[in-house]
Formats: sequence, structure tokens, C-alpha cells
Amino acid sequence: MSPFISSWLVQISVSTILLLAALTIITRVSHYLRTQKTSQASLVGRINHLLPQTQCGQCGHLGCLPYARAISSGEAINKCPPGGMETIRDLAELLNETELTLDPAHGQFKPFSVAVIREQECIGCTKCIQACPVDAVLGGPKLMHTVIEAECTGCDLCVEPCPVDCIDMIVTASTAKLEFSNASYAGSHDQRLNRL
Amino acid sequence: MSILSFLATKIRRGNALYARHIPGGIKLFPHKKESLRSRIMSTPIPEQLHIPTESDNSSALSSLVKVGDRVLKYQNLGFYTPKTSQDNNQTHNIPIHAPTSGTVTAIELVAVASAHSEQLCIQLKTDGLDEEVPLQEEPDYQGLEPSQLVKKITNAGVMGVRNADFPVANKLSSASNRNINLLIINATECEPYISADEALIRERADSVILGADILRIASQAERCVIAIEDSKKEAIAALIHASTTPALEKVKVEIQIIPSKYPAGGEKQIIQCLTGKEVPSGKHPASIGILTQNTDTAYATFKAIIEGKSCISRITTLTGKALKTPKNFETLIGTSATFLFELCGVNRSTKTNSIAGGSLTGRQLTNENAVIDKTSNCLIAGTLEEFPVKPPPQACIRCGFCADVCPAKLLPQQLLAFAQSENNNELSKHGLFDCIECGACDYVCPSHIPLVNHYQESKSRIHARELSLEKSQQWQQRFQFHQYRIKRDKELALARKANPPKQKTHTERQESSAQSHMEQEFFSKEKASREIAAAVARVKARRNQATTKNELKKEPMPGDSE
Repeated sequence: MSPFISSWLVQISVSTILLLAALTIITRVSHYLRTQKTSQASLVGRINHLLPQTQCGQCGHLGCLPYARAISSGEAINKCPPGGMETIRDLAELLNETELTLDPAHGQFKPFSVAVIREQECIGCTKCIQACPVDAVLGGPKLMHTVIEAECTGCDLCVEPCPVDCIDMIVTASTAKLEFSNASYAGSHDQRLNRL
Repeated sequence: MSILSFLATKIRRGNALYARHIPGGIKLFPHKKESLRSRIMSTPIPEQLHIPTESDNSSALSSLVKVGDRVLKYQNLGFYTPKTSQDNNQTHNIPIHAPTSGTVTAIELVAVASAHSEQLCIQLKTDGLDEEVPLQEEPDYQGLEPSQLVKKITNAGVMGVRNADFPVANKLSSASNRNINLLIINATECEPYISADEALIRERADSVILGADILRIASQAERCVIAIEDSKKEAIAALIHASTTPALEKVKVEIQIIPSKYPAGGEKQIIQCLTGKEVPSGKHPASIGILTQNTDTAYATFKAIIEGKSCISRITTLTGKALKTPKNFETLIGTSATFLFELCGVNRSTKTNSIAGGSLTGRQLTNENAVIDKTSNCLIAGTLEEFPVKPPPQACIRCGFCADVCPAKLLPQQLLAFAQSENNNELSKHGLFDCIECGACDYVCPSHIPLVNHYQESKSRIHARELSLEKSQQWQQRFQFHQYRIKRDKELALARKANPPKQKTHTERQESSAQSHMEQEFFSKEKASREIAAAVARVKARRNQATTKNELKKEPMPGDSE
């Protein structure tokens, strides 16, 4: 091998190594910058983001944020019935834990429903207004109350304090629509099976 | 130098239009000959029509007619607001027109062939006279402004993409905001049973070409290409013959032949085939300067502008082995499927299923009284021999056939595994939302797994999850405000307890009330004077406008005495 070719080879190899090193540094730095952005939001915040924010208290805490704090300090992740398996799955992925089934001691998963006041029967006691965690009930003393459907979290907390039991939990049109589309997909799937 | 010249040719070819190879796809046995044996025929006027309004609640519909009114052909019956609009600030109200003359008898929910759910339909009892309202023809479309054309197309109620109630006007006016280089008229029709577009081009190629040119001017595109599959020999001949006639010499429309393959007619696939560009994930083709329209849209545009006729009919293929005479019909919007099947001599004993749309992407027609709307291009009456019962699905054996045929270059078996384990993150990462639901993977799967169905379910599940996360953010904000409000109220109550407000003496109270009265009066007086001044100004402005208008009107009159 002539010295000319060997020096050429050395040059090529050195430049390749330098290039690779530069590339690695660039990818590392960009990765670091990207991860730092996400880690800025604290763990509690990220857990809280995944919880359904119904503020129903079925987990035994006074809202979603206290439960998020409890989870970050080691509490079980399967105490949220409104979130259901979706929430548990997301939490398990975030915290790198095993997926648990919903703890039946805290309640069953129900499809999303909203509170509706039977307005003829309402006596205007304001007890549901005080119970609502998101101020979704409108009304005044001795005046009829009503629920703003778009703001209701379906937490059930207004049902129990009502002295005349005039609040119903009703499955809404939007959730019904979703279920309908699922059902129609299932139906079309069966027919597709027949067809193909 | 040779490398440079090679690159130069490569770059030059990169912008040229020619049929490229597209990934995936399957060859299907065509069933188009059956329905192409006869010419397009107009249906007789049925006794009853249900004109769909694309909405299931009356809030989106503003009706211009009442039950009991007599209406004429092409008369405007009302407007509806479409659910899908590309830009939220641009919503066009789509008009509904009467397909023939008759009496409005009801407005009720009726099943529609191309929709999942029932829609509000205007029931029309026809009188068979077919009386028309006067039409406004516009044979010289090239002198019109694009915005004028868009407005005319909207007013004629021309609809867009099949299987989606997407108004063309939305597409066109959003296109005029961006720079559109290329308008593709999609005449591929890769579904094996549908032949509506092919029949239309065979018989009315000149109208389609003129319609394409109108769409090109309306969207302000530089070029316009009609893309057609190489298997449609007669249609290609008709297009070439029509484009060389002296009447269409001024028209700037090109014809491009592409290899036949399913699903070459997908919007993204046809763009990739002609230009080599891929539409970015989650974006519209307009983002890369391309617009696609259908053949029937071009034809409807031709009718709307040049003949002044609103969109009241469409070409629908009636095919399947259960029909004695499969045909292409020019059907009135609102005709029921049963009526059309009877016209073709349906054999009820052998017919096992009926499909609205193509055999791969269409949907099962559960209710045969469903009516034709502006997007239903095909009705199939199938026998058991044609569509045999599929064996039950078995486990995935990872053969990879589905990955070979996927036109979007996805990994269907991998997506299936994630869909079954409901792993939403991985599904999104593996490009579930780039799936065009063409059904090619279903077709080749040796285990008969209904893959597309799994993807549809996953898509709706992910949408629901996104919606619930959005909702939870709203609830969180409200809960925080609730906590803040309670704290604030408590503090205010405490403060009031600590130093209660002084009781006012009788004279003080009187004084303050008098003062407030004064203030009120003062305010009301000022307010009144302001309002009067504003009203006077308004009247003045109107008068000024009126005089200038009169002057404008007077000016162009020749021979007016000074």
C-alpha cells in the first residue's frame, strides 16, 4: 500500500469519526432539550392532566389534584371510577407501573352522564348549588334551578343532597352519538364479513 | 457533467405530470361491463321524492317552503348549514332544490343511502308535469370572475367528495386563499362495480371537460388534469375526441392516463401518482397546492353554470347479479332505492344483500327505502354467489400481505395488535390517522380479519378520549374558579363581620336616593340625546348613499338630457 493511499484512508476515517461524533452530540443535545421541556411540568401536574377532573371524590380525596398528589407519593392508581380503564392505562404508562383493574371499593365505571333537574319539582333550596364543584347549577333561593349541560362533569355530588330527589343522571346526546357510531361500525363490520 | 445533467432531468421530470408507481394496491376483477351495456337513462318521475337535507335536526335547516306548498322544478326549497367546513369562518349555506314539480307533503326523518343515520327529508308528492322555474344560462363563463363562479356553484347546490357531505364551494373558496397550481379531476373510479363516471365520460365528455375548465377558473389553478385509468379505453377515446373538437379549443384541460389499480382513485393516491408528492399527514392537499374534484362534480358544475340548472340529479350505477338489466341511471335526488331496483327488474329470491357505494368501501343498505342523495354513485343488489358468506376471522399469522398492499405504507398487522390492546399512543405513532380505509388489507387477509373495522373503532375511541381530555381541562378550570370564589366569599363575609357598614340616617338615605335619581335622569338624558344624534347621522348616511346610487344609475344611460 502506497503512503499516498494510506494517508488518504486515514483522512477519510478521521473525518468520518468526527462527523459521527458531531452528529451524536447534536442528537443528544436536541433530545435533552426536548425532554427538558416535558419534565418542566411536574409529575403531579402530569398525573392531574390524565385524571378526568370530575372532582367527584370517589377516590376518597377532595378532588382530582389531591388524588394526583397521593398517586405521586405512592397511592394505587385504580381508584378513579369515572376515568375507567382508559385513565388507569394512561397512568400506568406514565408511571411505568402495572395495569390494575378498577378497585370496586370506590365504585363502578359508568358511561358519561349529566345531571338534569326536573324543574317542576325543584323547590329552590340551593343545596345542589353548594354541592356542585364546578358551579354548573344555576338558580337562587326559592327559585327554580337548572344545570348547564355543557359544564356538568357528571360527578353525582348534587344528587344526594337534594331533599326532593328531583335530579336525574342522564346519558347525553353526545355520548349516545359516540356509542351509536360504535354500534353502527359493529353492524357494518358484520355485514362486511358476510360480503367479503 | 453527466451527473449534473442527470440531476437536471430528474428535477425537470419531478415537476412534470406522468403516471408514477404508487405503493401497495391490488388488482381487482372489474364488474363494469354489465352496467355499461346500455346508455345512461333518465328514470321516470317517481310518485314520491324525499329530498335529503344532510342534517338530523331542524336547527341546521332553514326551510323556505311549508307543508302544502306547490313547488316547481329547480325551485329553492331551503338551506342547510353543513357540519364539515374547512375553515370555521367560511361556512356556506347549501341550498336544496326541488327535482321536479309537485306538492310538499311533509318534512320527516328518512334513511339516506350514503349516510349512517336518518336525515330530515322534504317529502314531495310529484304531479308529473315537470314544470320548471325560468333558468339563467351563462354560456360565456370565461369572462366571469372566480368569486362569481364560486357563488353560482354554491347557489346551484353542487356537492363535493363522495362519501362526505363536503360542499365544493368550501373547497374552492379555501383554495382561492392559497396558491393552487394543479386541479385534478378524478375520473379513476377504481371500485370494481361502479361505472357512473365512465358512462358519464363516454356520453358527455365535452360537458365534463367544460365543467373541469370552469372549476379550474373558479379555483384559480394554473393547470387542470383529468386523470383516468388505462382500462377505460372508450372513455379515454371520448375524452380525446371531445378535447380536439373546435368548440373546446380554448379550454385548457389536459388528460392523463394512469395504470388501473385499487385504490388509485384515493385523493392522496392520485396526487402521489400524478405528481410524486405526498400529502402531509393530517393536512389537506391544498397545503401542497393541489386540489382534487370528482367527475360528477365537474359535470354538475357544467350544468350549474352553462345551462343554469341546479344540482337535482346524479348518475347512479345500478348493478349486481340480482338485477336483470344493470344500468346507469340519471336519477333525481330523493328517489328511493326500491324504486330503482324495481326499474332494473330485481330478482327478490336471489338477492341476498344490497350495498350503497362500491363493493369495498360502500356500506350495507339495511333499509331498502333509503333515498339517493348527491353523493350516492352506486347501488349493488348482490347474490350469494357474488358475495359469499365470509368465514369467521382467525388469528393473525403475520404473513405481511396487508403491509404489501397498503397504499398508505402502514403496517396493518402491527396496527391490529395495537387496536386489540387499545394502545392509543402507539396507534397514533404508527399512523392510524393516515389510513384511508380502502379495505385492501381486508381483501388480501388470509385469516379473514376485518382490519378496517378495527381501525374505525380505534379512530372513534381515540377521538372520544381526546374529547374527554379537552373537557377535563375545562372542568379543572371551573373547579379552580369555584375554589377561588368560595375563598373570596368567605373573606368578604369575614371582612363585613369585622367592620359592618354604617347604618345610614334617614336624611342621608334621602339625599343619596335623590342624587341617584338625578344621576339616572342625567344619564338617561345624555343617552337619549346621543341616540337621537346617531339616528340622524344614520338617516343622513342612507340618504347620501341613495343619491349616489341614483347618480350611478343615471350615468350610464346614453342620451340623458343634462
